[in-house]
Amino acid sequence: MSDYILEMRGITKQFPGVTALDQVDFQLKRGEIHALIGENGAGKSTFIKIITGVHKPEAGEMYLDGQKVDFKSPREAQEHGIAAIYQHSTCYPDLSVTENIFIGHEKIQKGTKRLLWKEMHSKAQALLDELGAGFDSRAQMGTLSVAQQQIVEIAKALSTNARIIIMDEPTAALTRRESEELYRITEKLRENGTSIIFISHRLEDMYRLADRVTVFRDAKYIGTWNLSEVTNEQLIMAMVGRKITQMFPQRKSQIGEEVLAVENLRRIGYFEDISFTVHKGEIVTLTGLVGAGRSEVCQCIFGLEEYHGGRILLEGKEVKIDNPLKAMSLGIGYLPEDRQKQGLVLDWEIVKNISLSALDRYANKGWLNEELEAESALQLAQKVNVKTNSIFNPASSLSGGNQQKVIIAKLLNADLKLMILDEPTKGVDVGAKAAIYEIINDLTSQGYGVLMVSSEMPEVLGMSDKIIVMCEGRITAAFNKGEATQEAILEAAMKKHAAAGA
Amino acid sequence: MDERKITGHREFSLKRFFFQWEWMLVLIFIIINIINSFLSPYYLNLRQLISTTATFLDKAFVVLPMTFVILLGDIDISVASTIALSSVIMGVLYNLGVPMAAAALICLVVSTLCGFFNGYLITRFKELSSVIITLSTSIIYRGIAYIILEDQAAGNFPSWFSFLGWGELGGIPLMLIAFAVFAVAFAILLHKTTFGRRVYAIGNNATASRFSGIQVDKIKIIIFTMVGFMCGVTSLFLTSRMGSTRPNVALGYELDIIAMVVLGGVSTAGGKGRIGGAILAVFVIGFLRYGLGLINVPSQLLLIIIGALLVTAVLISKIRMNVKKVRTVPSDIKQ
Repeated sequence: MSDYILEMRGITKQFPGVTALDQVDFQLKRGEIHALIGENGAGKSTFIKIITGVHKPEAGEMYLDGQKVDFKSPREAQEHGIAAIYQHSTCYPDLSVTENIFIGHEKIQKGTKRLLWKEMHSKAQALLDELGAGFDSRAQMGTLSVAQQQIVEIAKALSTNARIIIMDEPTAALTRRESEELYRITEKLRENGTSIIFISHRLEDMYRLADRVTVFRDAKYIGTWNLSEVTNEQLIMAMVGRKITQMFPQRKSQIGEEVLAVENLRRIGYFEDISFTVHKGEIVTLTGLVGAGRSEVCQCIFGLEEYHGGRILLEGKEVKIDNPLKAMSLGIGYLPEDRQKQGLVLDWEIVKNISLSALDRYANKGWLNEELEAESALQLAQKVNVKTNSIFNPASSLSGGNQQKVIIAKLLNADLKLMILDEPTKGVDVGAKAAIYEIINDLTSQGYGVLMVSSEMPEVLGMSDKIIVMCEGRITAAFNKGEATQEAILEAAMKKHAAAGA
Repeated sequence: MDERKITGHREFSLKRFFFQWEWMLVLIFIIINIINSFLSPYYLNLRQLISTTATFLDKAFVVLPMTFVILLGDIDISVASTIALSSVIMGVLYNLGVPMAAAALICLVVSTLCGFFNGYLITRFKELSSVIITLSTSIIYRGIAYIILEDQAAGNFPSWFSFLGWGELGGIPLMLIAFAVFAVAFAILLHKTTFGRRVYAIGNNATASRFSGIQVDKIKIIIFTMVGFMCGVTSLFLTSRMGSTRPNVALGYELDIIAMVVLGGVSTAGGKGRIGGAILAVFVIGFLRYGLGLINVPSQLLLIIIGALLVTAVLISKIRMNVKKVRTVPSDIKQ
């Protein structure tokens, strides 16, 4: 018997005009957690789709337990014990957990074709208990948190007797605490002999979990390492193909006068007693767990939500902001957390996306001047270095990092004083991250005040001049640059939770 | 990373130019006219063709703003009732002694208010879809018309008023001229102004539009109010042509109007389509009806033919969309 449960040799996949995978090799050992990393567009997702039988490769061979296999459909891959769990869970929110677990392979009584609900419920409950989930199999899927839904997906994989489970960015939408829970479950699966392929942008996931790591870059296989024998620099070098000497730029901005002051801001049910200031050239970061009320504070400042008490002062003058248009005219820009839903019109050309927030600039009494629009959009796209060959390409053709740059270009359209950046590097690969940090740094040196929301610890510590930690709608700590440590921030972020648990 | 040059000039693609739904409509339009000319020897007469337009142009006025509504991803099925209500109020007021010009003005005011009310409800109660809201107001508006006039008719309008619907200027029906003016105005509004761009933005992604500082609710209310106003215009022409009015006028117009917009290639999912297509579709359906009328096709059969045309159109545009998707696989394969 072969050492490897899954072996791929020389896999090549082409799409019209692009080679998505070029002679890629891959080996998965029995009972290991194998991280698969690479920048967006490196070919990871296509590779997964080949393993799960969604795509057929043009060349290459696939061996399962040493036997050559050739999947013609996802169903066939499933029958061979391969299951995939995607970043955005593909669930039916109105059905019960049991129904979600058994959808497509329901237990049916022979002959009468009656659905065996009792059996399914008890089997589902057994799977959930095994995974240590604290919810009932009869619960409605839509009422569960993202993390809980992911557990259901795992249970679903186990219910098909999967021997290989592929997890595609499972922690992207999870908080730190929920991620811990997922790590625990993943390790348990490994103990039971399941082999796991784990795709993630968070390097910390990989260090925490994986035994080995494989890197793809530009559709090619770069290499496989034992995690204990490789350095962070080596891996990043393998991923981006060049050395990133400095992830976080040297900050050189001068901190100037006050741009924004928030005094005792309160929104019932979301946050209260929030006070802080942002100065010119300064980066103030709101951090804390997901759901601590950070984004809500920003959305109030941008006029998307109303607040019920407190004051917002812009350059010392009190302002009442009741809609985004007002906020923008006062010089506040907002980069939303969910770039695809809140930031971009994906089907639209880059140029139209960039101009959308400032159309009046390119119009005379309402008449659009498309030449002026294109000219200006081109300049802005070059300024933030969007990687594309034409500003008339649709935004959907760009990678996550470049989409984010387009949104930043869109903000730069207006005369701003304050930029609110809500998770600016979420789901963005390492190379693009460094580029975005460089842009943010540029902004501060031009005198913009920056209010950032971030959950990523290295980013919080590496970029901020001031760190404000929130927990359950309140500020629990504030640190100046250099004073904060990871432990101190985490402790403050969970202050309330600990108190409630005691 | 490599320094790539970004171009700021749009490349003209002949394929893309001809790969447009409008050409399909032009083709259908030509085919219909060829068939029609075989059916009746008197058909291919320019004067005749032009004056024919007056038989179907009344509802075309509402097609223009309805294009905006459907681009938003909404729908307005209260238009026929709005036409009826404003027409009935005008007729009754005139018969009560109000001068015709004032009654006509009030007709426009009433329909505009009906549209505004729709827009207000839709933006105020976001949890309800525009289908439900305009279905309700549709019943309400038609109901009010019935209360006012019961099963009676109002009319005996002055002769100048009938000129509106029947009159011609230099051999061209007044209605065609009026439609041309409105069509150009709406086309400019949609395709050349910031307002039009914002309408497309909302139809594609309302959340991102709100985050970009677009006042989504305000634009929606303006558009539904425009629909109301254009219902009033239709009401004037329709009432003028009929010479009298009843609470059941314009019955079923909403379906015709929505069918024209959809046949014009405007996606009911919002955000996609152009007004030119909708305008072409007005003439396609108009001439199809006229031609089939020439050979005495019963009106029930006519409905079936138009329905079939609509389904085919939607199917073809769906297939085209899929072809496009296959052809333009994004440069970085994500999923």
